[in-house]
Amino acid sequence: MSVTAFLTDSTLCIGCKACEVACKEWNGVGDDPLDWTGFSYDNTGALGASTWRHVKFVEQAPSPGVGGNAGAQASWTFSSDVCKHCEEAGCLEACPTGSIVRTEFGGVFIQPDVCNGCGYCVTACPFGVVERNPKDGRAFKCTFCYDRQKAGLTPACAKACPTESIKFGEIDDIRQQANSRLEELHRRGVEDAAIYDPGESSVRGTHAMFIVRGDPRTYNLPPAPEVPTTYMKKAWISSAIASGMLLGGTLLAFLSDGRHKNPRARRR
Amino acid sequence: MSNPQVTSNANTAASRERRLDEIRRGAERQQQFEVIGKRPMGAPFPQASPQNGYYQIPLLKEPPWTWEIPLYFFVGGAAGAAAVIGAIADFTGGDRELVRHARWIAAAGSVLSPALLISDLGRPERFLAMLRVFKPQSPMSVGVWTLVGFSTGAVAAAFAGHLRDRYGASLPLRVLENAGQAASLALGLPFSNYTGVLIGATTIPVWNRNASTLPLHFGASGLGAAVGILELMGHGKSRALRALGLGAAIFETLEGAHLESRGSAVLDPLKHGRSGWLTRAGGALAGPVSAGLRTASYFGSGKRSRSLQRWASRCSIIGSLVTRIGWIYAGHMSARDWRLPLERHDLEQA
Repeated sequence: MSVTAFLTDSTLCIGCKACEVACKEWNGVGDDPLDWTGFSYDNTGALGASTWRHVKFVEQAPSPGVGGNAGAQASWTFSSDVCKHCEEAGCLEACPTGSIVRTEFGGVFIQPDVCNGCGYCVTACPFGVVERNPKDGRAFKCTFCYDRQKAGLTPACAKACPTESIKFGEIDDIRQQANSRLEELHRRGVEDAAIYDPGESSVRGTHAMFIVRGDPRTYNLPPAPEVPTTYMKKAWISSAIASGMLLGGTLLAFLSDGRHKNPRARRR
Repeated sequence: MSNPQVTSNANTAASRERRLDEIRRGAERQQQFEVIGKRPMGAPFPQASPQNGYYQIPLLKEPPWTWEIPLYFFVGGAAGAAAVIGAIADFTGGDRELVRHARWIAAAGSVLSPALLISDLGRPERFLAMLRVFKPQSPMSVGVWTLVGFSTGAVAAAFAGHLRDRYGASLPLRVLENAGQAASLALGLPFSNYTGVLIGATTIPVWNRNASTLPLHFGASGLGAAVGILELMGHGKSRALRALGLGAAIFETLEGAHLESRGSAVLDPLKHGRSGWLTRAGGALAGPVSAGLRTASYFGSGKRSRSLQRWASRCSIIGSLVTRIGWIYAGHMSARDWRLPLERHDLEQA
């Protein structure tokens, strides 16, 4: 039983969506409504209640060398997105039922039998991962294959990935693999390769890291994700001031309103 | 689900027809019809880039709440402030009728609030799931426990007070009434404004960037609504209420001025589009309009003055409701703005 992590290497991803299919099959996740988005070959768009793995089809302006294409063709990279399983998870902090827990593997897990569908975690996720299932109102996201991990198995997506773009393992091991892979890529001339693991931000690192090319924003990975608990102190101070003002103001108003000043009136 | 294939085909056929109608209506209205991502033949393909993010698909999810939630914010704010008014009026020996009415407003809000929340959750048992734990780090958990304590206190105070008025005082009734009132006062204070914390401590940019003023804003809005309701219930002559109403309206005016004076792309949903109209209309009604009418009512005399005051009360109530709807709506607009989460504001500040 060790703390585990994903490393999703977009330089190896071929966009086959085996991870999406494997995830749906193993976890019994429903289908996504099919709508043609016009965004490359990505007709799913984003992670959601019925999309726990999502392959992004990142089509960029032609730039020689990227993707090994001819200079005139748009470059194409793929990246399989997933719940980041933040070290400091907004959804976990926000959950009022205690449904969202941290597992012994370091993942963030929503217990579906406890979730009451309040939807507060949806507004607390800085990565827009958690979503309410419109059919039963409860929140769903990647479980980090908690059931499989408990049985000593690799999560379904990592197991199904044919190019080992999705790597899974003990977190320190995965960090090491990410660094050595990055070194290798840089050595081979892929100088824009970078690791996305926002350890400097208030989410304090993740259990799902990514190797991307260039600016992570191109992959809709936020440069500075914020766990919303950072705003709590400000907000509660404001709430305390508001309460104080309401109490003081009301006292002042009624004490200075001398007309009804008759303390015996309430005990008739 | 006897034959899912057939039903799903029928559904898609119907929805396709609806979609065609929708496209036709849209094209008639605007002379062109644009759908995000869909480009006419020959147009350049959409591309991902650091500037456009991932095809401008919003990163954040919109708040999933239904219409009950802004209404709950309004009801809870007014009920909390009404409980405080009732308790203070009682402690300072105020008008009995005013105390009674304030307690009834608080009690009505106490019954309505959980009903609205349960309606949003779908099933009553789901409300109970929030009472398994108390999590200080979750504003939703703190809020629910505040609501439960407040509701119990407010209903007990109103009920015991009613029995006492009707059948005369007795010790248990007095204990129940005073304990209920004390609880509804202590918890009514945070209950009237905690919804500002609730939405302030989220990832929705327009909400969290206002985390330090939202509770004050919502608190003043709730007080304005409570005063307005009490005044319309026939307490227009209470000088204390009039002063509170004017105070709340002036505070809302200052809050509006503060919002308008700040220039930031994050605040766009409060200034543009339908959500901007809503928050501005709500702010104007509860703020300057109400403050102006209330000030004028001090100078007018007799019937005219009371009429001005009644209009001010209505403006405060409607303004408070529209403010909550506007802020929730602005949250949706803010989540849809794909640019905000990709900004490096924090890195730049550091």
